[in-house]
Amino acid sequence: MHKLQIEGLTKTFGGLTAVNNVAMHVDDNEIVGLIGPNGAGKTTLFNMITGLYTPTSGQLLYQEKDITGLKPDKITDIGIARTFQNIRLFPMMTALENVMIGLHTRTHSTMFDSILRTKRHRTEEKNNIQRAMEILEMVGLESKQDEYSKNLPYGEQRKLEIARAMASNPGILLLDEPAAGMNENETAELTGFIKGLKGLGMTVLVIEHDMRLVMSICERIYVLDYGSKIAEGVPKEIQSNPQVIEAYLGKGA
Amino acid sequence: MKLLHKGIDFYMNHKKLLIMMLLVPIMAVPFFGFSPYMMRMITLSGIYIILALSLNLLTGFTGQVSLGHAAFYGIGAYTSALLAIRFDLSFVYTAIAGGLVAGFFGLLLGLPTLRLNGTYLSIVTLGFCEITRLVALNWMDLTRGPMGLTGIPLPKVFSWVIDKDAEFFYLILILIILTWVAINNLIKSRTGRALISIREDELAAEAMGINILKYKLIAFTTAAFFAGIAGSFYAHYASFIDPQSFTFDESIQILSMVILGGMGSNLGAAFGAVILVSIPEMLRGLQEYRMLMYGAVLVIMMLMRPQGLLGNVKLGDILNKKPVNEEEVSQDA
Ligand SMILES: Nc1ncnc2c1ncn2[C@@H]1O[C@H](COP(=O)(O)OP(=O)(O)O)[C@@H](O)[C@H]1O
Ligand SMILES: [Mg+2]
Repeated sequence: MHKLQIEGLTKTFGGLTAVNNVAMHVDDNEIVGLIGPNGAGKTTLFNMITGLYTPTSGQLLYQEKDITGLKPDKITDIGIARTFQNIRLFPMMTALENVMIGLHTRTHSTMFDSILRTKRHRTEEKNNIQRAMEILEMVGLESKQDEYSKNLPYGEQRKLEIARAMASNPGILLLDEPAAGMNENETAELTGFIKGLKGLGMTVLVIEHDMRLVMSICERIYVLDYGSKIAEGVPKEIQSNPQVIEAYLGKGA
Repeated sequence: MKLLHKGIDFYMNHKKLLIMMLLVPIMAVPFFGFSPYMMRMITLSGIYIILALSLNLLTGFTGQVSLGHAAFYGIGAYTSALLAIRFDLSFVYTAIAGGLVAGFFGLLLGLPTLRLNGTYLSIVTLGFCEITRLVALNWMDLTRGPMGLTGIPLPKVFSWVIDKDAEFFYLILILIILTWVAINNLIKSRTGRALISIREDELAAEAMGINILKYKLIAFTTAAFFAGIAGSFYAHYASFIDPQSFTFDESIQILSMVILGGMGSNLGAAFGAVILVSIPEMLRGLQEYRMLMYGAVLVIMMLMRPQGLLGNVKLGDILNKKPVNEEEVSQDA
């Protein structure tokens, strides 16, 4: 059985069909790419998987359970975490606090634990800080723990957003254009980092325009154009697929 | 202006120590030989400190700009007054009851406002404040309407009857400390981070697994609970309450304190309360221009230091929040 399975997923906005009857799947410990020209419906697909949009029709299965129409916080709780194409960190929270928000679904202190500073609060808080620091270290931001996230340079904000998503220990990590706005060095570093995630046993679905990144880390790739899936396969097949070339050239991208 | 900024930086770096040092002279206030009038002002400031601290939890930390805080203050006051008059209960119980009933209404107000943001939320909370006042004005059997409730007994803490200025002072001081510690502990925790994340970016918070409904309700209920306790103290202290004491003006006043002092800062909210209670008193002749003064204070702050004296959040940012509804979410959410 597939870890994430998408069946006939469709989303319309008024007269516009942003995602049209898309089927795809992601298996455990796979790194899968999702590409396509701007406006192809990639982000909309992410928004449906993560519960921000309710699909017009179709079905989403995570570990064989129907998750269609669940609320975003529930989806994260179940094990799907994401980053945003336009970074959405918590600007006036420190890097450490941003990552600690990622730990929210994995912790349980109540407001009464916190007001009364119970043992549960204290132990959990200590473990959280330690865990969050470990994750910051993984993305190389340990020295920035006390910086407000709004003060971090762009590339570091992207990394922090990935760290925040990883903190929820997701079964699947969805990355929406993680290399956008990064320079060549940063992109190369990010490529290595995502590759490393596979070694940690993680499963990743990544939207990306940087073809070098996509082709070097993805085991399988899906291609969307005007909301419809036009191709799927291993990087080699995608690179030589005439429809894919047409979709990209046709848009001059 | 430079000096002000420097002072604020110094405070930020030595917070705990400074607050502790402030506490010593505060404890000694009753021994300074203040006039009864002065003691009254100080006690009144204390009530507003609790109101500002609690509204700060909802507005400064959670980002929900409420114009309904006076309603919870009033609900707490009426609940306590009625319990004390009819059943002669000790302040310990009337205060807790006042807080709980106010908290319950906070929960009720929180529910329909879940999907409202910024100015829309403010308008609904304003409406709630007005409805509460009208109920207090017209439910004659319970509240005696415009005549108000008279003869509210002095607060009793078990067998100790509080009737001296110094005793009232220490009682409000204890309430302030309890409120302060509770809110501070709440903010610096898993729950507090969730609240702040809602202020910062509601959609991202939800995508990170925060149950928005639950945490907004926690903020509304907790804020209302402490406002209710402030109301309870006020009822016993003043011994008379009527609907005039809990109007929309009052809500504006509390919000002004939070904005002046600095949203998202407890000490800021406390300072805001003290400043806005004392200035109108110092300028007795200007009493009639009180509301005008609040307006002026707000405009000046917005221009000079939009985050308030000690805060780090700007009101404008909260009122113009990023969209959270599906249809509003931009294509690259
Ligand atoms: N909330 C929305 N309301 C209206 N149209 C939308 C909305 N979200 C996305 N779209 C439209 O759906 C299409 C696909 O957008 P998107 O999924 O962001 O594309 P991609 O991420 O592949 O660049 C675009 O035409 C976009 O304008
Ligand atoms: Mg996109």
